[in-house]
Amino acid sequence: MNTFINSVPRSWRERKYKYRLIGGICKKCNATFYPYRGSCPYCGSDDIEEVNLPKKGRLISYTIIYSPPSEFRLKQPYIVGLIELEDGTRIIAQITDVDVNEVKDGIEVEAVFRRYREQGADGIIEYGIKFRPISD
Amino acid sequence: MRRVYVCGIGATPIGEHWELSLRDLMVLAAKKALEDSTLTKRDIEAVYIGNMSSGILQGQEHLGSLFATWFGIPGVSAQKCEAACASGGVAFHQAFLAVASGMYDVVVAMGVEKMSDGNTYDVTSALIMADDQEYVAFTGSSFVGLNALIYRRYMEKFNVKHEDIAMFAVHDHKYAVNNPLAQYRKAVTLETVLNSPIVADPLRLFECAPIGDGAAAVILCSEEVAKKYKSDRLVEVIASSVATDILSLHNRKDIVTLNATKLAMNKALKMSKIDLKDIDIVELHDAFTILGVIHLEDMGFAEKGKGWMLVKDGEIEKDGKIPTNLMGGLKARGHPVGATGIYEVIDVVTQLRGEGGRNQVDDAEIGLAQNVGGVGGTVTINLFRRL
Ligand SMILES: [Zn+2]
Repeated sequence: MNTFINSVPRSWRERKYKYRLIGGICKKCNATFYPYRGSCPYCGSDDIEEVNLPKKGRLISYTIIYSPPSEFRLKQPYIVGLIELEDGTRIIAQITDVDVNEVKDGIEVEAVFRRYREQGADGIIEYGIKFRPISD
Repeated sequence: MRRVYVCGIGATPIGEHWELSLRDLMVLAAKKALEDSTLTKRDIEAVYIGNMSSGILQGQEHLGSLFATWFGIPGVSAQKCEAACASGGVAFHQAFLAVASGMYDVVVAMGVEKMSDGNTYDVTSALIMADDQEYVAFTGSSFVGLNALIYRRYMEKFNVKHEDIAMFAVHDHKYAVNNPLAQYRKAVTLETVLNSPIVADPLRLFECAPIGDGAAAVILCSEEVAKKYKSDRLVEVIASSVATDILSLHNRKDIVTLNATKLAMNKALKMSKIDLKDIDIVELHDAFTILGVIHLEDMGFAEKGKGWMLVKDGEIEKDGKIPTNLMGGLKARGHPVGATGIYEVIDVVTQLRGEGGRNQVDDAEIGLAQNVGGVGGTVTINLFRRL
């Protein structure tokens, strides 16, 4: 099923914004967003600069996936969250290092570099950013 | 712009049609719609086919020519239209424009999806393509999961209980009982809904639209063609609008409002010159219970955070203030993704013609069909008036 993503060049091309939290900041309306892109999704301005986003944030909402897409088969259950970083920029990512029964809205989280999916049995492994709870 | 009328409707029942292919479904729906219109194949000048996933789930694209060939009308203008779950709605919009512009007099707007051949994992992979493959599908979220993010946020923000939102599924099932096209013609209790397996927490299986096969078609015509019909066979399209929103939830400032619904609604009201209170019946895109509630709010029928009260107070019932999803909605009529926008139009037209049977709303004159793609990345609103 996942032939559409089984591509080495594709993973190579996407590595910059998937491996690091680099967003865009609009010089016109001051909005920030992840990932970087050349036009502001809010005001349409093309005057956008890259910005290193904070690595810490808060869990705004989450879900526990019990019925996954085929590329994530047998990995269920796992947590996907909507995270608001310290500067207000939001990102969707997996929440890791926490039991599905213990995850809660509002917890503080930090970015970590983790494995996401494999391109079949013989393909490359795709990595990216997940978030884990910050222990006090 | 010219006036546009619906002069024929037809659809297959929704279900697991193991004996029918993608093309069989299209041909069956078109045949029924054409029979209903009393026009002939030769009258058809253009075809717009809403479909989301025929490529990934059936290994088949180029549906325009495929349909024209198998229906025996090669030569006509024909094409597939795609906007995820709003594919049917945008196909209808294109068909509307084709007649309104003066280009064509008889046009078919169709929708089709053949889903039951794939296993659930593969269908789940296909559906998340409605969102950003690089930055959202990559995380392993399912499409259900994205709606679950909205659901949890909504409950927390407005302090609403799960059962008050899950009621929407009970409502849909109640009305699907009397719809011969519905996938699940069986009433369910709130207890059944709340005790069904979790798909993506907090969304339960019985809060999610099912996987199913189906095709639906409507024939649109110009005033000149419409003249030959008795007025009780005709429904006028008084508005057709499409709006988009930022594709993914993480780039939106508010995830419990679908801004594209508000935009499309405003456009449609302006175009039709009617008020919200003039609308007698609504078919809305409740692919998940929470969406039904949110749509009622975003269309203006309830304040933000209070849509669930309309359900609880019986206001979306047949005799309520704003009768909604009277043929079973996405949950129980079914949701063959790219066809849903056209099924909704058929449900509205059926009511406006007074053919709703036991679900008929007294004296319904104006009806609304809302079709949503992705998590609100595209929304179409179509408004209809009986003559
Ligand atoms: Zn901007």
